Amino acid sequence: TTTGLIIFFQSGRPLGAGVRLGMGLRMNRTKGDEEEYWNSSKFKAFTFDDEDDELSQLKESKRAVNSLRDFVDDDDDDDLERVSWSGEPVGSISWSIKETAGNSGSSHEGREQLKSRNSFSSYAQLPKPTSTYSLSSFFRGRTRPGSFQSLSDALSDTPAKSYAPELGRPKGEYRDYSNDWSPSDTVRRLRKGKVCSLERFRSLQDKLQLLEEAVSMHDGNVITAVLIFLKRTLSKEILFRELEVRQVALRHLIHFLKEIGDQKLLLDLFRFLDRTEELALSHYREHLNIQDPDKRKEFLKTCIGLPFSAEDSAHIQDHYTLLERQIIIEANDRHLESAGQTEIFRKHPRKASILNMPLVTTLFYSCFYHYTEAEGTFSSPVNLKKTFKIPDKQYVLTALAARAKLRAWNDVDALFTTKNWLGYTKKRAPIGFHRVVEILHKNNAPVQILQEYVNLVEDVDTKLNLATKFKCHDVVIDTCRDLKDRQQLLAYRSKVDKGSAEEEKIDALLSSSQIRWKN
Amino acid sequence: MAAHLSYGRVNLNVLREAVRRELREFLDKCAGSKAIVWDEYLTGPFGLIAQYSLLKEHEVEKMFTLKGNRLPAADVKNIIFFVRPRLELMDIIAENVLSEDRRGPTRDFHILFVPRRSLLCEQRLKDLGVLGSFIHREEYSLDLIPFDGDLLSMESEGAFKECYLEGDQTSLYHAAKGLMTLQALYGTIPQIFGKGECARQVANMMIRMKREFTGSQNSIFPVFDNLLLLDRNVDLLTPLATQLTYEGLIDEIYGIQNSYVKLPPEKFAPKKQGDGGKDLPTEAKKLQLNSAEELYAEIRDKNFNAVGSVLSKKAKIISAAFEERHNAKTVGEIKQFVSQLPHMQAARGSLANHTSIAELIKDVTVNNYIEDCIAQKHSLIKVLRLVCLQSVCNSGLKQKVLDYYKREILQTYGYEHILTLHNLEKAGLLKPQTGGRNNYPTIRKTLRLWMDDVNEQNPTDISYVYSGYAPLSVRLAQLLSRPGWRSIEEVLRILPGPHFEERQPLPTGLQKKRQPGENRVTLIFFLGGVTFAEIAALRFLSQLEDGGTEYVIATTKLMNGTSWIEALMEKPF
Repeated sequence: TTTGLIIFFQSGRPLGAGVRLGMGLRMNRTKGDEEEYWNSSKFKAFTFDDEDDELSQLKESKRAVNSLRDFVDDDDDDDLERVSWSGEPVGSISWSIKETAGNSGSSHEGREQLKSRNSFSSYAQLPKPTSTYSLSSFFRGRTRPGSFQSLSDALSDTPAKSYAPELGRPKGEYRDYSNDWSPSDTVRRLRKGKVCSLERFRSLQDKLQLLEEAVSMHDGNVITAVLIFLKRTLSKEILFRELEVRQVALRHLIHFLKEIGDQKLLLDLFRFLDRTEELALSHYREHLNIQDPDKRKEFLKTCIGLPFSAEDSAHIQDHYTLLERQIIIEANDRHLESAGQTEIFRKHPRKASILNMPLVTTLFYSCFYHYTEAEGTFSSPVNLKKTFKIPDKQYVLTALAARAKLRAWNDVDALFTTKNWLGYTKKRAPIGFHRVVEILHKNNAPVQILQEYVNLVEDVDTKLNLATKFKCHDVVIDTCRDLKDRQQLLAYRSKVDKGSAEEEKIDALLSSSQIRWKN
Repeated sequence: MAAHLSYGRVNLNVLREAVRRELREFLDKCAGSKAIVWDEYLTGPFGLIAQYSLLKEHEVEKMFTLKGNRLPAADVKNIIFFVRPRLELMDIIAENVLSEDRRGPTRDFHILFVPRRSLLCEQRLKDLGVLGSFIHREEYSLDLIPFDGDLLSMESEGAFKECYLEGDQTSLYHAAKGLMTLQALYGTIPQIFGKGECARQVANMMIRMKREFTGSQNSIFPVFDNLLLLDRNVDLLTPLATQLTYEGLIDEIYGIQNSYVKLPPEKFAPKKQGDGGKDLPTEAKKLQLNSAEELYAEIRDKNFNAVGSVLSKKAKIISAAFEERHNAKTVGEIKQFVSQLPHMQAARGSLANHTSIAELIKDVTVNNYIEDCIAQKHSLIKVLRLVCLQSVCNSGLKQKVLDYYKREILQTYGYEHILTLHNLEKAGLLKPQTGGRNNYPTIRKTLRLWMDDVNEQNPTDISYVYSGYAPLSVRLAQLLSRPGWRSIEEVLRILPGPHFEERQPLPTGLQKKRQPGENRVTLIFFLGGVTFAEIAALRFLSQLEDGGTEYVIATTKLMNGTSWIEALMEKPF
């Protein structure tokens, strides 16, 4: 669950609790300087006024309102719009579908609804629309060149509000009724949903005039229809050459090719236009459609060396290497798990395959299952760290989360222990110990462990806050003593259990004459 | 039925009635009893136009959702498919029709394409051998759908991506068509202002379309004084920030679809007390949110911090009102009390709902927000929102910072997101600093985008919708109406795309003589999407006593930062 945390403490300072996106706007308003935008502590978080107060006020309002129910709900709300539990107003379209689809249609809360809900879920597998408008998007996910080949048939179809019988006639019989529509007439007719043949436009000049008319109308559907006609009747070279000087049409064609997934022509086009980076990205994009891990890996291999930007090249290489690793690890671990001989897999069965998971997740996995492995193995965390140049912070954060989850406190300890050349050990945390404490707490670390790390927090206020929050009594008491803050210690006394060792300790301190309190 | 559409300065019920009429005309073409088979995506938008009762009046007896195999049994003469023109839907329709043919008694099939007919879909039906089975094949151009008394949307999710990423102008063409329909109903809009490349395109298309209609002069007295066309990419920043109005927060957290929201059911007790315990609802609670609900109309556009006190005030009033029953002694008094009951019940129901929603929002917002969202499934979007926010505010990120973010995102969420990052760069949401000047501070100062003394309870400036940040888009609208854009020429030049003004001459009989004190009506069209917080800010301006301008808002899509970024993400084909 720690994935991605690190992005927020670029300067070692996490954005605090309750800071929200909207708040980003209020930060740092006195300094126009963008440098400290993220890191500045000057921003003012949006807070809810008197949080507890208002929440309780809300709750009270709710109670008051709800208590009226008994009284009100005896007779039905005739004058109100009736709403079924799911909230569809009775009589709305989606409600009626559920109603009328069933035979009985009597109870909208009953079985019928369940039944139709099942049918909804099967429906839900249909791809979500990107747009109701763009013609190109109609083709999403479909590659059936066959149906485009004979597009002109559709275009030379019968008039708009035609009736079935006419369609049965052999093709020859319904040639265009008028053969002399100009390109602009033709485009206008297409736009109105009327049909007319494009086949008549034979010369390149006519075809281009047709395209220009379509573009000047701005109707994307007509532009695409004309482009499909051109694509079919012109050679690739000529099509590309002419489109290069017609940018609007070119963009429509690229969008269309992307949507229908005509990868080959798209790549040819990018090659022709010398758009090398787009070519590389388009090619790489295809891997999303390959489910089989081995095939996907092989495909990624073909992406290495494509003309990406320098940074992207490195990422693509990493993507390939990561999947290659994952395939090896997955095979190995699946075997280990099913053999049932390895303790860690018996105690903590894997919840999902590691294939296609992000790098940080993979690192977490390897810290969880393969922590002690020697650097030479593919699955060892250290090897991953080296291979992918994972930054220290990210590594520590992930390892900490994994080891804390396993309650392996010795590993946690070792993670922060460094030895200097004299052999003295020292505790050091690249992510800050306040962060360490939060993560340990999330993993239900015992107080003794928490205490140890709270004590390592450098900033006294933060330390005191954390100690109070996590009930590390000794730390609070000692800190108050060191600060000579009698008032705070006195206040804390009310928070510890009566008759406990902590209370005794506080009392002893309070009555001590050795300490020169500051207040 | 849809009275709330006529509350505003412009009666949008006229538009709703016009599209309903068209629907009725189509239904009557298919004489006899009918069943409608729905592309489920359309039921949301259609729900805003018509209820089942309308369809029933025109002999619609059964309704199904479109799915494979055979249609459910229905003893009707006509079967009508209501679908978007998408090829995969054509395949399902063909399957339906073919299995129906084998079953025996023949029925009449029809198909209604929304929002337009497509020759290519018909070609697909032909290839599948069923085109001949359809008697009527028509289109229903539902371009702009009325959502509320001052709000219209095309609900086109992909519009931003298509316009700004792919350079496909189809949705702009439909925006222009929608505007022509509006002018046919509400009169020619005499003045058109615009800012941005797409705005320019739409204005050009409108002017061209008008020229083509030379035959008939529009003789309707104009309702709108101005049209303001705004490109979303003029203000990329606003949608990235978290909206802090009540409606905006509901949308941020739960998502509002076609004016409905689905909420977790726990906070909504079962209807009758006796049912408690056993049958706790597990299904999401669905509520419609619009100005038809009095209480909602009052609180929707408030800063969330001002909502709690309104709710508690209302709770006190209504409790007191119910207490009145003890004082009702005479028959007359009791009668009086009972006659008020329905209204009080409605008020009570709506109050109960909104206290529950406010409570839900509160639960979410007081938590440690960023950490939570990282642990959640959609966290990547939130992270991208933050990173883009930083980039847009700074006219780009330093190359080193950008590379660092990229690497962190790819390592944490997966390398394939390299494609999404490229999309964000292409859309201008993410970019390296180019060494040029950072113009944002100038824009911010000139337009007074950051306000220090914001009053959330009783706002005096639009910046209350983001607790101190005034949406740039709305500030542009505000400054256009007073004192005019001439005062901010410098900033307009910095912002992307051209700004322009066009006049559509009116015959003298239709020219308006404004009464002193009468407000102008401006139709503001956001090309690429608008957020509820921006809408709230515009409503705030409409309500100002000396504001001088009332706004009707139109857009390609009602959106928030999350749905926006999501639409820009690269998914498998």
